[in-house]
Amino acid sequence: MIFLRRQMPLLITLLAGLVFAAQYYVPHPASEQLLTSVTKWLQIIGGFALILGVSSLFHVHAVKIRRKEAGWGYSFVLYASMLGTIAIGLWANGKEAVDGTITAFGWIYSYMMVPLQGTMFAILAFFIASAAYRSFRARSREAAVLLVAAVIVMMGRVPLGEYILPLSGDVSQWILNVLNASVRRAILIGVSLGTVALSFKIIFGVERSYLGGGKE
Amino acid sequence: MPSDGGGSLTVIWPPAPYDSKEVRYQILLSDKNGASDPSTFKVVAEFPANTHYIRESKWPWWTRPDAPETHQVTIKNGKGVELKDGKTYHVALAVVSGDVRTFTTVVQAASEPNWINWNQINNLFLALLFGGIVFYAISVAKKREIFLRRIPGLDAVDEAIGRSTELGKPILYLTGAHDMSDPSTIAAAVILGRVAKRAAAYETDLLVPHRDPITMAVCQEITKQAYLEAGKPDLFKEDANFFITTDQFSYTAAVDGIMLRKKPAANFFMGAYFAESLLLTETGASTGAIQIAGTDSDHQLPFFVTTCDYTLIGEELYAASAYLSREPIQVGTLRGQDIGKALILGVLTVGTLLATAGAVLDAQWPQLFLDVFKDVK
Repeated sequence: MIFLRRQMPLLITLLAGLVFAAQYYVPHPASEQLLTSVTKWLQIIGGFALILGVSSLFHVHAVKIRRKEAGWGYSFVLYASMLGTIAIGLWANGKEAVDGTITAFGWIYSYMMVPLQGTMFAILAFFIASAAYRSFRARSREAAVLLVAAVIVMMGRVPLGEYILPLSGDVSQWILNVLNASVRRAILIGVSLGTVALSFKIIFGVERSYLGGGKE
Repeated sequence: MPSDGGGSLTVIWPPAPYDSKEVRYQILLSDKNGASDPSTFKVVAEFPANTHYIRESKWPWWTRPDAPETHQVTIKNGKGVELKDGKTYHVALAVVSGDVRTFTTVVQAASEPNWINWNQINNLFLALLFGGIVFYAISVAKKREIFLRRIPGLDAVDEAIGRSTELGKPILYLTGAHDMSDPSTIAAAVILGRVAKRAAAYETDLLVPHRDPITMAVCQEITKQAYLEAGKPDLFKEDANFFITTDQFSYTAAVDGIMLRKKPAANFFMGAYFAESLLLTETGASTGAIQIAGTDSDHQLPFFVTTCDYTLIGEELYAASAYLSREPIQVGTLRGQDIGKALILGVLTVGTLLATAGAVLDAQWPQLFLDVFKDVK
């Protein structure tokens, strides 16, 4: 049992890790085909895993409704909307439109999902404004530098700003292409090395806490 | 063509004294059996005779099929050409000077796929070198203690959990937008183990909403093990890890709702994030929670830095496991990364000097060094 829980996953990780690291260096069509079929397998496993996810979602909200926890009404709304959408989706054969006519399923997507998603995305503009207000308050030397850089970049990115402050266009490009890009690349080098090191640790079983911790 | 997946032919021929922009080369191809008259062949490429040298190609010096001043053209599938692996083709070259068209002898060639891309062998060498450095550093770390610089964001993990315990409020932990195939999600899951262990020790509730069901299943196991290791298996709740949805903004709305209703005292944002980062952290900030973020999504870092109390920037996310556990193996890996970074810095400096020297002196020899660090596909 312990073999199936510990050694087996480590063995699979080692083999899969080595094979797919090697795959990167093999241009042969057989190698591409192997990657394609494994990707398809992953999609299939992902589809089954969704059942796991949805059952978790149903379980969590069923408990809330049963115990009448605070906000259990929202759980009820979730149940009603999810079951309703599944029923309507099955009724419409999963099609959003038939012969150019929108189905009830398509209506739910176009007139409920899309506007709700759009609303969430639109809120971002207000959140950016409030976050920018907080970070641009020049309360320290670093914040003052950030404020000055941000003002120059903002001026340089709009025609009116460049008209008022003609140098702002070139200076903002310099800030973005030299200062910003070099710092970003330094971060990316660190991230890449971290990724490779973590991959080595996982492939060779040095890092195994993702299997559920423990060192046995 | 060597190092490719098949479906291409490379034509190589020596430079001629008449090579100039006035003279043109034509590459001719025929797939008919026994074709011998090049004038009936299809023209698949035409260019001035002073172009298409091997030195202009992307091949590194160790895979160049001939001298740098030799001409080369690669015929690939597309634009009216369809090459089948194993099939014999007839190839010829035509020199066009004014109205005169001269043909070379016809040669036969067949394309075939290769098992190794020798162009990328430097990549493999560097990866193995880095791997060797990491394992060497691990062996050193097992023998003596290695200094770790302070990472305030990770020092604050205890503070955040302690604050949640004092206030009697839960801890909210997010593992990011990606699935378990992304190293940042794995790093987030590893840190979750440490956070869950402390949360179990302090008997504080933990909420881990997920966007990916497989990540949820993995994190459930990690959390369970953490509670066992903390000696509090009875406190483990199966639904501490729960799935919400794979949809970006639906997930964001749900987590924002959890933040506003349950008012967690500590929010952890680890892993990869996209446009939802600011929506999550700004809502968290409005509830007064202590917020710790850790991401390798460089495009989201400004938002996290602005709205969170502590941010693990890039590689610090991967260092978290070592920092929190202080295990020699983990710490050794960090030292290996640092040596790797020092090497990259050295290569950047030497490479810049050599590339400048190469440009100033119009010399090819700096390429011997520069090609080794090039990413050639």
